[in-house]
Amino acid sequence: MHLMYFTEQPMSAYSSEDGLRFGATALMFSNKHFDPVAGSRLYNEYLEQYVHAEEMGFDGIMLNEHHNAPFCMQAKANVFASVLAGVTKRVKLVLLGNPLPLAENPIRLAEELAMIDMISKGRLVSGFVRGGGQEQLATGVNPAYNRERFEEAHDLIVKAWTQPGPFRWEGTHYQHRVVNPWAVPLQKPYPRVWIPGVVSRETIIWSAQQRYPYIALNTSIEATKKIWETYDKAAAEAGYTAGPENRGYLQRVHVAETEEKAIQNARQFMWMQGEFTGLAHPVWSSPSGYFSPTQRRAFVEFATGRAISPRGRPTFEQQLDDMQIIAGTPKTVIPKLKRILEETRPSIMAIWGNDGAVSHQDSMTCLRLLAQEVLPALRDFGNTLGLKSPFEADAPVGIAYSKDLKRAAAE
Amino acid sequence: MAAAWSDKRVEVAGVKVHLSRAGSGAPLLVLHHDIGTLERLPFYDALAQRFDVLVPHHPGYGQSERPHWLRSVRDVAVMYRCLLTELGLPQASLLGLGFGGWIAAEMASMAPRDPARLVLVGAMGLKPPEGDILDQALLSYVDYARAGFHTSEAFAAAYGVEPSTDQLEQWDICREMSFRIAWKPYMYSQTLPHLLSSVRVPSLVVWGKDDRVVPPSAGHLYASRLPDARLEIVKACGHCVEMEKADALAQLVTAFVAAK
Repeated sequence: MHLMYFTEQPMSAYSSEDGLRFGATALMFSNKHFDPVAGSRLYNEYLEQYVHAEEMGFDGIMLNEHHNAPFCMQAKANVFASVLAGVTKRVKLVLLGNPLPLAENPIRLAEELAMIDMISKGRLVSGFVRGGGQEQLATGVNPAYNRERFEEAHDLIVKAWTQPGPFRWEGTHYQHRVVNPWAVPLQKPYPRVWIPGVVSRETIIWSAQQRYPYIALNTSIEATKKIWETYDKAAAEAGYTAGPENRGYLQRVHVAETEEKAIQNARQFMWMQGEFTGLAHPVWSSPSGYFSPTQRRAFVEFATGRAISPRGRPTFEQQLDDMQIIAGTPKTVIPKLKRILEETRPSIMAIWGNDGAVSHQDSMTCLRLLAQEVLPALRDFGNTLGLKSPFEADAPVGIAYSKDLKRAAAE
Repeated sequence: MAAAWSDKRVEVAGVKVHLSRAGSGAPLLVLHHDIGTLERLPFYDALAQRFDVLVPHHPGYGQSERPHWLRSVRDVAVMYRCLLTELGLPQASLLGLGFGGWIAAEMASMAPRDPARLVLVGAMGLKPPEGDILDQALLSYVDYARAGFHTSEAFAAAYGVEPSTDQLEQWDICREMSFRIAWKPYMYSQTLPHLLSSVRVPSLVVWGKDDRVVPPSAGHLYASRLPDARLEIVKACGHCVEMEKADALAQLVTAFVAAK
């Protein structure tokens, strides 16, 4: 198994009263509420936590980015990945990921990622995402071309990584006179690409067609099983059989010395979900053209308050019950995590340990308990289930590098 | 009095465009808002008493097919020039409502002597000297449509107090298409103000005094850039003049377009 640590890097040091008064804390919630003194402290605490995660025994650190929102301080995943490339020695740096459609120049991303891969001596996992709905508005990028830009930017980056330049790119959304970056990745044929997601069926199918592992972001067990059904079917159509090496799962898990403390801190996951301060206005999180036309009706109903989000909005207690949030001492969380492994069979497990206003000290304790007590149990159990990570299984980096494709698919 | 409308699909640049037509007389092409158009309007009926009225759904809006290749409002203008040529009506007068006004202005700038008359009502297309064009990307479908009216009664008369979910879906389709062709700069052209001076036909520019979607300053700019233009302000009226003050607008348009 590949076991990695994740936090959203929240900037929780603003008055929740202000957030409640405004009613939403993404996109239009004024950045006058950002406190750079707290920001500076928090960035450095998060850095210390990542280093601690490596020392304690995590296999990877998962990073992401968001824009115009206090729930995530990373405005550029590549910045933290660059810092970690220098200060860590062993962990994989798993970016889930760079929002491709937001890039006006994907070659710049290809260069940055190649630098991170070389500085880290080949520890980069380069995930790609579409970016959230409100991020299209925050960055001024047309939501109606989001998926087209995602796929084209991906193709361009992979070509820049695998084919010697100079070459010319005349695409629909990107045109480049000269593609010839003098920084290329250390890993060959190119760094592994993992694709995280929540609901978009198109992304699941696209990931399977590329033979990229799909990381289900804290979806319910039932929803996760449906995702694998969709993935497996697309994989079979592409000519291969998908297995645990194609599957990742992000799970909220907070561990503390006592049950009470763990539950108290786990409530902070609701902060991120907007329980205390609201999150994005539904109109901003679902701009027209961003979602699949098959979900148009569901999203217009959501955007006007006539229905709950198609993503769902369960309460804290419901999420504890169905294990979307797991909290407790190592002794009580291990059986629950085993059950999740048994049910969803991922080989990549991202553990989202801390969120909201959980203190630095409690975050460090959580990391220590996870690494010392929980991870070894999961590793053993994963071995008995045969959950080999893409590294352990030596899975092909992408579909083009497969040696086992069935003839029918090739034709 | 309701006119006898016929609906058909006309192929333009390989795209099936929905076209409603009624009345007889001089041809008048009516170009709808960015929120699409209701199937029939008393305003359209009033025009059909005097003119051969053509009301297409813009490509990608309403019942017209979406051209995946369409990238700009100027492309839409070219498609409508093709449509008029195809129908043998290259000199049809143009009446553009809001977003449709931008299309009409582009059409006039490309064929400066062709349209018999040009009427722009609360037209988008120019960067307002004061204020900004209301950005629907930040508003719910209902709030945006509501902003087109001076009174909530006028909005309810057109769409109902709570528009149906089918209507919301229609607005989402329209919105997606507007994003595809007018995302940035949002709802205006940086070149159009320079091209308007070429227009060689009389223009009527109409603005609702209380237009909250396109600031009236844009109306003054249109009137000053078009060589032979008159500006009319309709009192106690928002952006959707054709729905809020249908009679007043029908009279203004009829008098102007029918004049020799």
